[in-house]
Amino acid sequence: MNRTMDTSANATPGSFKMLRAMVGIGIICALMIVLTFEGTFARIERLKAEALEKAIFKVIPGISASKTFQLDQNNTFIEVDGKGEAEQLVYAGYDENGNLMGVAVEASGQGYADILRILYGYDPGAQKIVGFYVLESKETPGLGDKIEKDPGFLANFDALDVTLTDDHSAVENRVTPVKQGAKENPWEVDGITGATISSRAIGDIIGASSEFWVPLIYKNNERFMTQKSQE
Amino acid sequence: MSNIVQDKKDTGFLSSLKEGPSTDEFIKGLWRDNPVFVQVLGMCPVLAVSNTAENALAMGLATAFVLLMSNVLVSSLRSFIPKQVRIASYILIIATFVTITDYVIQAISVELHKSLGAFISLIVVNCLILSRAEAFASKNGIGKSILDALGMGVGFIFALFCLGAVRELLGNGSIFGFFIFPAAFQEWVVMILPAGGFFTLAAWLLIFNLLQKKGGKA
Repeated sequence: MNRTMDTSANATPGSFKMLRAMVGIGIICALMIVLTFEGTFARIERLKAEALEKAIFKVIPGISASKTFQLDQNNTFIEVDGKGEAEQLVYAGYDENGNLMGVAVEASGQGYADILRILYGYDPGAQKIVGFYVLESKETPGLGDKIEKDPGFLANFDALDVTLTDDHSAVENRVTPVKQGAKENPWEVDGITGATISSRAIGDIIGASSEFWVPLIYKNNERFMTQKSQE
Repeated sequence: MSNIVQDKKDTGFLSSLKEGPSTDEFIKGLWRDNPVFVQVLGMCPVLAVSNTAENALAMGLATAFVLLMSNVLVSSLRSFIPKQVRIASYILIIATFVTITDYVIQAISVELHKSLGAFISLIVVNCLILSRAEAFASKNGIGKSILDALGMGVGFIFALFCLGAVRELLGNGSIFGFFIFPAAFQEWVVMILPAGGFFTLAAWLLIFNLLQKKGGKA
């Protein structure tokens, strides 16, 4: 009884104060967040672009410059400025003499913990995947994140076969994940014991993504080269 | 010297730093009231992010920063916040500093942000921070609240590091990524999995309680 009276006595005069406190704190907090966002935005964008640039250099060995291309509705590639979150982007890498060394493609799919975002390099000349890098992963540290570090696993992507069929319309043998040590063909991805699901996911992501992108990139091979020589 | 300090009756920031009992606000969080080993607070990040020493340290630092900043703000606004809306206000303040921390970590290093992942945003629901705001900062001055936050923060970092180091050592054979055991060492994979967090925490609680019991008798 006493308690109920107490609360009502306290609550009545407080409603304006409550409103004032909540609105006041809300304004202070919003201001602080906006200031931090404004203060860090440029740097975060720069770091992200740098990280992507670094990743592109990692997945296509031996390049000294890169350019961004976007796939339009007619299935042709158009050069665009900058790197970013836009859809359907691929990154072409060139060596010092301006020769096309490969094309980096971003792909994503379900991993063990969350969506995995990866980048892989495709060399149209050799018809092989020549590099691989994890852009974003929430895989279990110590287990699933071996896909980023395990040297045996990463060796899969030094020369992963994605040769096209004779009419260049599809990949001859889809990239498929296999158990650790079971790799027999150049298009198979050797898994990691202890990171079975994550390593399997990488094989599947590359398999699905390369089936779509590799024929397109191969067909437009000229386009990546001519864009460069126009300069 | 001590007379001069006692003569000053104001409860300002500097004097509260100098007052004798206040150093206790710092020490208590480290040992006697350690947030993890004694109060058993904030178990979600303790169990989830303590799988490597590096993750544990980074998570501890981020949490301690949020704890310090929210304690400062809650303490300075304590007469302004009516008690009916205090929890909502504290959550708002804590969430703000977590968002700020998230941006700052991204601005420091994309790699670090990548490895801490979703756990940064989960600092919001770490009950250690809310409990310090409610139990201490809302009743004490800024100086004391800073000391309290520093003590609890360092205690939290210490506890997380204790767990992270053991789990990484047994589960991966390394500390901070440096391999310590010979290659023949068979890793205890379970230590890196969630279950290992419980085992390690239980072991540390046992050790800590034994130590405290001995210390109490002496």
